[in-house]
Amino acid sequence: MMNTSSPYVIETQDLNVFYGDFHAVKNVQLRIEKHKITALIGPSGCGKSTVLRCFNRMNDFIPTARIQGRVLFHGKNIYDPDVDPVQVRRRIGMVFQKPNPFPKSIYDNVAWGAKINGFRGDLDQLVEESLRRAALWDEVKDKLDANGYSLSGGQQQRLCIARALAVKPEVILMDEPTSALDPIASLRIEELMVQLAEEYTIIVVTHNMQQAARVSDYTAFFTVDEHRTGYLEEFGPTPEIFTTPKSRITEDYITGRFG
Amino acid sequence: MMSDFPEGQELEQFIKRRRQKGLIWRSLFLLATTLGVLVLMVLLLTILNKTLGYVAVRYRMEPDELVVALYRTIMLDASQTQTLANPADLTRGLAADPDGVGIMARADFEATGQGLRVVPITDLSLQGVVVVVSEANTWLTDLTSLELMRLFTIATTWSELRPEWPQRPIHRWLPPASSPALHAFIAQVYGEDPRTQPTEALVAMLAMHLSPGAMRQIMAEKPLSARTHEDFYQLLVDRVMEPTILETWSFSESILNRKAIQARVAAMPDARLEFRRWITWDFITSPQSSRPEFAGVRTAILGSLWVVFITLLFAIPVGIGAAIYLEEYGSGGWLDQLIESNINNLAGVPSIIYGMLGLAVFVRALEPLTSGSLFGLVDPATSNGRTVLSAGLTLGLLILPLIIINAREAIRAVPQAFREASLGLGATQWQTIWSHVLPNALPGILTGSILAISRAFGETAPLVVVGASTAIFLDPHGPFSKFTVLPIQIYQWTSRPQAAFQNLAAAAIIVLLALLLVMNGLAVYLRHKYRRTY
Ligand SMILES: Nc1ncnc2c1ncn2[C@@H]1O[C@H](COP(=O)(O)OP(=O)(O)OP(=O)(O)O)[C@@H](O)[C@H]1O
Ligand SMILES: [Mg+2]
Repeated sequence: MMNTSSPYVIETQDLNVFYGDFHAVKNVQLRIEKHKITALIGPSGCGKSTVLRCFNRMNDFIPTARIQGRVLFHGKNIYDPDVDPVQVRRRIGMVFQKPNPFPKSIYDNVAWGAKINGFRGDLDQLVEESLRRAALWDEVKDKLDANGYSLSGGQQQRLCIARALAVKPEVILMDEPTSALDPIASLRIEELMVQLAEEYTIIVVTHNMQQAARVSDYTAFFTVDEHRTGYLEEFGPTPEIFTTPKSRITEDYITGRFG
Repeated sequence: MMSDFPEGQELEQFIKRRRQKGLIWRSLFLLATTLGVLVLMVLLLTILNKTLGYVAVRYRMEPDELVVALYRTIMLDASQTQTLANPADLTRGLAADPDGVGIMARADFEATGQGLRVVPITDLSLQGVVVVVSEANTWLTDLTSLELMRLFTIATTWSELRPEWPQRPIHRWLPPASSPALHAFIAQVYGEDPRTQPTEALVAMLAMHLSPGAMRQIMAEKPLSARTHEDFYQLLVDRVMEPTILETWSFSESILNRKAIQARVAAMPDARLEFRRWITWDFITSPQSSRPEFAGVRTAILGSLWVVFITLLFAIPVGIGAAIYLEEYGSGGWLDQLIESNINNLAGVPSIIYGMLGLAVFVRALEPLTSGSLFGLVDPATSNGRTVLSAGLTLGLLILPLIIINAREAIRAVPQAFREASLGLGATQWQTIWSHVLPNALPGILTGSILAISRAFGETAPLVVVGASTAIFLDPHGPFSKFTVLPIQIYQWTSRPQAAFQNLAAAAIIVLLALLLVMNGLAVYLRHKYRRTY
């Protein structure tokens, strides 16, 4: 499934998502560049999470969800029948809005994904490396046996990031990773995202305009039409979207004049 | 400006009214709770009341008579022993014999005892009877009770008791076998409860009162050397003492009408009044018996354990498996919905219906399987499908819906976020279930299962239909055994006319309640131990 001929890591073509009869998102064309941070922004209910979850087939678990169009990962449609979603998720990791460590030790939280994916190397080293990359190592190195839930909210979220990093994905999807955190913790996660972008491709959903402006290279602005169906209104390099948006709607939203 | 909401005085009154309403409800709930607890207490006390109290017992051979008879024989058979019916004769003979020692009623000693003196016993104060020696005796100034025991049985010379005493034979002077003085002496020196006697004494008592043929038969069943003290005591009770309970009284009656009961028992020929505790270790470990004096609940407890074990083996894996399927794999299609609504309905089916199902399916249709004949394992005492296996499977069906519903609830309570996190790491669905869903659902599943199992423990009606035996004296020893269970045993005892069986039933109820309490306690413990950390 590796096809490096495409310059983009992920590309959607005419992506439409339905929940039962409800047309949630229509005609999304997005191109995600390697080792860049792409932010998905837009009003609540416009389908950002829906689109994000399409990238690693997390929508498979919603019985009513139905997908049309293509999501190319290195040029290969991940919705082709011959693609195993387990493999997709192994390469495209996810960090959720609410920190959700497993109710296990910190060590096991990080190690578990590697174990089930058949990791053969030095597990201790992998755990340390992943925690270091998630900028959590110094805080937890003395209590790796402690339950993941004994950490603060911000630490939990970094633990979840470390957990995602431990299986060595190419892409990390983040759905409002800082919305449950205080500003300081949020800033730390933002710093972390910028560092991680050197090695990973990151797609992040956020409601925080400053955050999108600060960390992302590209910004995709979604909004809804009169049927409440979400669509991609504008997509481009972040500075352009924030300073010279082409669309009136984008400009209104970004400047805070949106409904 | 006029507000649309009440203000000031009106507001205060309004809040007060709302508070009052809350208070009324609160009192009502408190009342309901108190009422419930009260009713439960009354129930429990009524049962406990019957597990303690006076009984009127008639023995074929009274326990103290058993002990006295043994030592009387030993004492009278000892060397250099003579019995004299007339105290005056005894006094005269003993006074002239410095090597003699005698036993006399204290009253007789006071009336005729010239030339004799009383030997004080250092660690025992004898009532109504004295140990006497001739005033010519120079060494016997005191005795310990241990020395006293030997003095009238196995000792032959004085020096055997204390080296400094003369090396001359002991001459024993006793009142006749039937005298109350001898009886009183034995009862005080050697005791009167067979239970406290050494094992050799118990064997001797058995040998004394049973025919040689009966003794041989006992030895053939199990060699004497392999038997314990408790065994011998039990044999004595069963074969020699043979108590019959004539009448029983509850604890409250025993306390309140003590005088009347005593008078009543005194008027019964040969009856003795004893205070009896019905829940004893003997009661728990004795097999079922048709005589209330000996009946125990071991057979029923083992039956219950066996049946519930089969139930558990069947219902827990199947129930949890079904719950996992419905919650994690089921697509919610029409078939799943049909199964689901069926399960919910099955949980409400009266248990007797399950009994009929069990009778038709396990006892009749699957007889070769449930009787064990398919495996060539037929229990000689059973020749049909009315076995532990049939009962266990029937109860398994009965609690299956409960287990499924409970396990589903527990599985559903595992946060979706764990599943998403796991799947997002590239785990398969089974890995997700095994590593995250089940461990987090386990406390809930276990609690539900234990509660379902305790329901099975108390279930009676379906087992009556499936054919629990009402009178069974053999312990069940496998899935193909005939069986009875505790609730059925209780039911059977309550329906017997003899009063003692009512007490047994009460005791068995307490045993059943205790077992249920242990299980519920286990459920609470597990729930607490594995309470959520997230
Ligand atoms: N499981 C679902 N079943 C049915 N409809 C859903 C489901 N999930 C989302 N939707 C609908 O799809 C639309 C898009 O939802 P989505 O969660 O993608 O929005 P969002 O942009 O992430 O919003 P927010 O910023 O509030 O998170 C909404 O109208 C929502 O009601
Ligand atoms: Mg969202």
